[in-house]
Amino acid sequence: MQVERPKLTIWERTYLPQILHGLWLTLKHIPRRKFTRQYPEEKPPLYGAYRGAPTLVKDPEGRIKCVSCQLCEFVCPPKAIRITPGTRPDGSPDANVEKEPKEFVIDMLRCIYCGYCEEVCPEEAIFLKRDFAIAGYKREELQFNMEKLLELGGVQEDSIWKWKYKGAPPPDAPAAPKREAKVS
Amino acid sequence: MTDPVKLTIDGKEAAAPKGMNLIEAAKLVGVEVPHYCYHPKLTIAGNCRMCLVDVGMPKLGADKKPELGPDGKPVILFGPKLSIGCNTTVAEGMVVHTRSAKVIKAREGVMEFLLVNHPLDCPICDQAGECRLQEFSVDYGKGQSRFIEEKVHKPKKTEIGPKIMLDDERCILCSRCVRFMKEVAGQDCLGFVERGSYSTLTCYPGMEPNTNYDLNIVDICPVGALTSNDFRFKQRVWFLKETKSICPNCATGCNTVLWSREGVVHRQTPRDNDAVNQCWMCDHGRLHYQFINDPNRFVAPTVKSGAMGERFNLTWPEATRQIGERLKALKGKGATIAAIGTTRATTEELFLFNKLVREVLGAELVDCVPHVGEGDKFLLNADRSPNMNGAKLAGVTADPVGSRIPVIAEAIKSGRIKTLIIHGENVAKHGIAEDLLGKLELLVVIDTLPNKVTELAHFVLAGATFAEKRGTFINGKARLQRLNAAIPSPGIARPEWQTFAALLNELGADGKYLAIEDVFADMTRTLAPLAGLNLSKIGDQGVELKLGTVTPPAASAEKPAATVEAKA
Repeated sequence: MQVERPKLTIWERTYLPQILHGLWLTLKHIPRRKFTRQYPEEKPPLYGAYRGAPTLVKDPEGRIKCVSCQLCEFVCPPKAIRITPGTRPDGSPDANVEKEPKEFVIDMLRCIYCGYCEEVCPEEAIFLKRDFAIAGYKREELQFNMEKLLELGGVQEDSIWKWKYKGAPPPDAPAAPKREAKVS
Repeated sequence: MTDPVKLTIDGKEAAAPKGMNLIEAAKLVGVEVPHYCYHPKLTIAGNCRMCLVDVGMPKLGADKKPELGPDGKPVILFGPKLSIGCNTTVAEGMVVHTRSAKVIKAREGVMEFLLVNHPLDCPICDQAGECRLQEFSVDYGKGQSRFIEEKVHKPKKTEIGPKIMLDDERCILCSRCVRFMKEVAGQDCLGFVERGSYSTLTCYPGMEPNTNYDLNIVDICPVGALTSNDFRFKQRVWFLKETKSICPNCATGCNTVLWSREGVVHRQTPRDNDAVNQCWMCDHGRLHYQFINDPNRFVAPTVKSGAMGERFNLTWPEATRQIGERLKALKGKGATIAAIGTTRATTEELFLFNKLVREVLGAELVDCVPHVGEGDKFLLNADRSPNMNGAKLAGVTADPVGSRIPVIAEAIKSGRIKTLIIHGENVAKHGIAEDLLGKLELLVVIDTLPNKVTELAHFVLAGATFAEKRGTFINGKARLQRLNAAIPSPGIARPEWQTFAALLNELGADGKYLAIEDVFADMTRTLAPLAGLNLSKIGDQGVELKLGTVTPPAASAEKPAATVEAKA
């Protein structure tokens, strides 16, 4: 296609109007509000459902919630999760849960922060927290093991009864709805 | 099928043999009737109520003939209540509905009751993924429980015997295990105590399952109440790859499934084959697989060289070349060769072993080590060789098997034999002492795990276990059965048939086998009982061979030796 070039006047051919226009634009922005964020000194705000690094959480009493059912390992699209299942020792206060992870490794180089692990977890033990700047000097540093994941996860206040439910529901649990006899 | 009974199941015409129950009859026309307590190899208990179906019979007139309706078809009268499919036998003209609204509603009711006291700890339970309760919950369960009361608590994590863990809360009281122990294993030791919701599976006082077949109750348990200590918490079943295999631990040759993930075998379970093991297997065979995953496995061929007897890894071409050179040199000097094969090898390997040592190297003394243990009346055979018949067929055994091993020992002592090739046997335990092996000029061992003999060997050629190769076994009843490779061998270890083929090529004989199929094709040309077969024709269930007229190994064993001596 042939593009017809506009015919420039002498005034336009001096390039002065373009230069002046550019200078005017620059001057116009000087008093305006600044949008540049001084990262990393200044962190961006993270909103509601932000998905950062996956972490393992403990319950309010400091127990590991994960029972190593390996559903997250199964669902993980980039196969970043690797779990070695183990047994909770007899005599420990939560021995009735029977199973816990012996080792839990997430390869942060593989993780794509999709959040499937959090979604699939039946024990509400894995959460994507808000850490996003994951960096290291070596590949090994980015193999997050269970210790590291629990440290990142911290304590999650939970509303499931699993731990206390060895008979009566916990005192703070919502009262079970009364069932009324059906009279027909 | 003589005189089949004709009936209609879900609108499909079915012809079932007399006496067959409705679950099996429905299977014939491809309809699945969900069930828990029914098991085809056990007596019928009829207690789970999951297989309820709607059964109707033609209305009979005064003349005892079916009354016809206005459309010319027999009038069908359905019972007021549903019947259990497992204990209702087929009858002429019967009409069965397995998916009607009434039946579905009944199943939903049964499921709801079964789940009332079930702990729903699927994330912890080993059965998750292969649990009938999970499967039928998806089909007939509710998303949410209406049961708001407290569940009944029963004993958890109870060991019954050394092999099995019982979780009574998960039990749905189907009594399959009770019936199995009583009827098949022959040790009546399990039963229910308490009543109603509190019914609990337990052992009789002072008894626990301690037969050789206990772990079958773990297989037949439809839920996770019975789990195997060997497999407990090791892997989730959805990660495991299933490979059809054959148990290599005795001459019965039970059909099995190997469950592996990323090159590690995690468990072995039986596979249905009515001609061999029905659907059971013994614990001796089931639990004897850990050697596959042994960290000490040979990963490459090695040669013992240097003053201190150090071992060096070789590549396969180099190992083949060096062994070939030594064998040719020794043969040139007129040295005689002896060889000991193994009845644990596949038929293909035994065939190539025979070709190599007897036909090409002219070995006069060739035999296998017999493995004998205590057998029982059910599946475990006293002959612990999975492929004794294969060895006999290939002609690498003496008559009786093992009788030539003292002869070989004597020949080494006298210095007549200076070269010994051993495949997969620790002969130090079977009659050839270590000091005798030390006298040999060339000792080549093909094996998978280190032992006294491999320490002494000049060459150790890394082999593969039964889980890593394809091939065939011929069981004690002359049934030819197929092995499949479940996992890769460690390092550069490879199936022995490849090693034998490479050595055959090196020694100038015909060893041009590209795949196991080529070896099998060669076998069918040479060995009469295999004529006309190929690996595909064997299938998953195996084929019966007629071994009756196989040349007795004794006669064939002495012949080639004599000709070799005549040549020498």
